[in-house]
Amino acid sequence: MSTDTAMVENKKASMPAMGMGEVVTGSEMLLRCLLLEGVEHVFGYPGGAVLPIYDSLYSSQLKHVLTRHEQGAIHAADGYARATGKPGVVIATSGPGATNLVTGIATAQMDSVPLVCITGNVAQSLIGTDAFQEANITGITLPITKHNYFVRNIEDLPRIIKEAFHIATTGRPGPVLIDIPKDVNTAKAPFYYPESVKLRTYNPTVKPNYMQVDKMLKAIAKAKKPVIVTGGGTVTAGAEQELIEFAEKTNIPVITTLMGLAGFPGTHELCIGMPGMHGCYAANQALLNTDLLINIGARFDDRITMGRTKEFAQNAKIVHIDIDPAEIGKNINPYIPIVGDAKTVLATAIPKVQRADSDEWVAQVKAWNQEQPYRYSKSPEGRLKPQRVVEMIYETTAGNAIVTTDVGQHQMWVAQYYKFSAVRSFLSSGGLGTMGFGFPAAIGAQFAYPDRLVISVSGDGGFQMNLQELAIAAAHNLPVKIVILNNNCLGMVRQWQELFYDNRYSHIDLTESVDFVKLAEAYGIKGLRASTEEQAENVWREALNTNGPVLVEFKVEPGENVFPMVAAGNTLDQMVLGDEE
Amino acid sequence: MEQKHTISVLVNDQPGVLTRVANLMGQRGFNIDSITVGQSEEKGLSRMIIVTSGDEATVEQIVKQFHKLIDVLKVQQLSSGPMVARELALIKVEATASTRAELNLIIDPFRASVVDVGPNSIVVQVTGDTQKIDALIELLTPYGIKELSRTGVTAISRSASLVKA
Ligand SMILES: Cc1ncc(C[n+]2csc(CCOP(=O)(O)OP(=O)(O)O)c2C)c(N)n1
Repeated sequence: MSTDTAMVENKKASMPAMGMGEVVTGSEMLLRCLLLEGVEHVFGYPGGAVLPIYDSLYSSQLKHVLTRHEQGAIHAADGYARATGKPGVVIATSGPGATNLVTGIATAQMDSVPLVCITGNVAQSLIGTDAFQEANITGITLPITKHNYFVRNIEDLPRIIKEAFHIATTGRPGPVLIDIPKDVNTAKAPFYYPESVKLRTYNPTVKPNYMQVDKMLKAIAKAKKPVIVTGGGTVTAGAEQELIEFAEKTNIPVITTLMGLAGFPGTHELCIGMPGMHGCYAANQALLNTDLLINIGARFDDRITMGRTKEFAQNAKIVHIDIDPAEIGKNINPYIPIVGDAKTVLATAIPKVQRADSDEWVAQVKAWNQEQPYRYSKSPEGRLKPQRVVEMIYETTAGNAIVTTDVGQHQMWVAQYYKFSAVRSFLSSGGLGTMGFGFPAAIGAQFAYPDRLVISVSGDGGFQMNLQELAIAAAHNLPVKIVILNNNCLGMVRQWQELFYDNRYSHIDLTESVDFVKLAEAYGIKGLRASTEEQAENVWREALNTNGPVLVEFKVEPGENVFPMVAAGNTLDQMVLGDEE
Repeated sequence: MEQKHTISVLVNDQPGVLTRVANLMGQRGFNIDSITVGQSEEKGLSRMIIVTSGDEATVEQIVKQFHKLIDVLKVQQLSSGPMVARELALIKVEATASTRAELNLIIDPFRASVVDVGPNSIVVQVTGDTQKIDALIELLTPYGIKELSRTGVTAISRSASLVKA
């Protein structure tokens, strides 16, 4: 399960400042490598197998954040990575520590987030004996990592770490796991850090094929109803500016997938909105009618195609831009495939691209948006609507906060009612759909940006999956604003049971939950609560004016559903607009 | 259209690489008919030959997914050009004094050979392409096959395709 290719000729490596050639232990080596990679924060949790690493951390410059659960640590590292674009680093012990990372690793893999996960393992003499706290974590994470390593020799450690950071951050980013047995952590060897990575078998394509780009430019010139679909790949590539330029120059409206939300300003004239299952009418109409679909870094997920790939964008020529060749043709066969980094591809295209003949089309898309905007009705009993809370959060932050979500209805309402305008400002588990992600991710983002406004929005279900990290917010006085949209149930599941299981509400009742305000207080955090619109505005103002962490529980209408909705298996024209009609 | 495909994968000679490749096939729902691994022409690299079935799009996806593995250097779809493919089978067939001569007549045209003789059985060794081995097994089945062991296909492109490339 390991990759210990020929030992690097360490001695040939350069000797930067950090005492190269000095004899140190494996764990000291590890921490030095992290510093050389520019790592500032690591999130983790100690245990027997990583005691040597924690002992070295005691006197290291690295800032270690002790979370209360390894899943909290890895989601925090993930939030840190999504917010900054830099790799997140997490450390966990062998066995249960390592397996507690699994959900977080899969989450990062699905959304292409660069992570370096360091796990300890039992000494090699015990490997394979079912020793205390032994788990084959490289085996377990084989299908959910971009790559993983089991370190057999201390001499390989620096090379492996160098490679791990390189693999995690280049091409299509992803999580890389390094499993270090205890004897390697305690062994000693002279330290040399390789200057560069030599991986003959790994060469991601960054630059596009010019002929393919030319083909796209020609297709744009001919198109009458072009549309851009942008996904997480645009964010990963840091291509937000190029995308704006490209869209404006060509006059092509832009559809942002869930993962692409902060990749194009929600307030931009050309922004249509989110497509798919809970997307807006205009975006889905645009997909039904477009004659040229330019997909930039999105993977034609079944939440957008509804799995009906044959009927998807039937009238369109499809251009698919992706750094990962395997994405092209995986779900939809494109007319023009372009393999390359989104930023590079757009930068290549921009100087030559012409304005499309798309005025009528752009007007049409705007008209659709005006005809059928996202909307909800006021509760007749005057109860607080969850959509109103998200709107209010948007209005008071002007779309500039970093917002994290969990998974469920609240996630969709954030996607619908919050117009993101800052880059890397929407952090959500899109691919795996991991409940319990949002709050620890917000903590990670807040560590990265202590001065920015970070808001974590969760449901009452998801928040309880990692609420123990309230301790971190308290201990570090992180000014994160923790929002809970409490509908007393597992809302999204309730919605499906209502619509597709004949109102048979099986095991979704969370009425018997904790008192969230007291819970916050128990952790030494200010807790606030609101159940009317007026209260909501007041407590939210108070929350924004509070230095340090605040938890705000909004008691919202429990029966509210997310609309519009296209049921799985239906096509985009079979859209239910809402229960108001 | 469902078809058999033979894919050659050149990989770093590492522990665990076979697991990575096999795991990827399983994870993505690709069928493995057979898989063989062994040394390649270059030290430090192994060659895997995988036989799979599926339509063209499936094979294209398999090839692209293999390329994503960090230890994979080269992937070739051998069956898209001229290739040589061979498999080895060892077949233990029931044999009595009266059937032995008959069995010899059957295996002879296949250029198979008897590599072990026991009181009630013989072991036949045969190499060739899959269809040839299938055919021999069919002919031997009426006599009673006690044990059968096949290696799976190993393959290589014909020289002609090298010149073309
Ligand atoms: C770890 C995990 N378990 C289960 C699910 C399935 N699931 C998706 S949404 C949802 C309900 C979420 O309820 P809540 O957190 O209260 O948010 P709401 O939908 O009410 O906004 C569930 C259980 C999931 N996505 N993740």
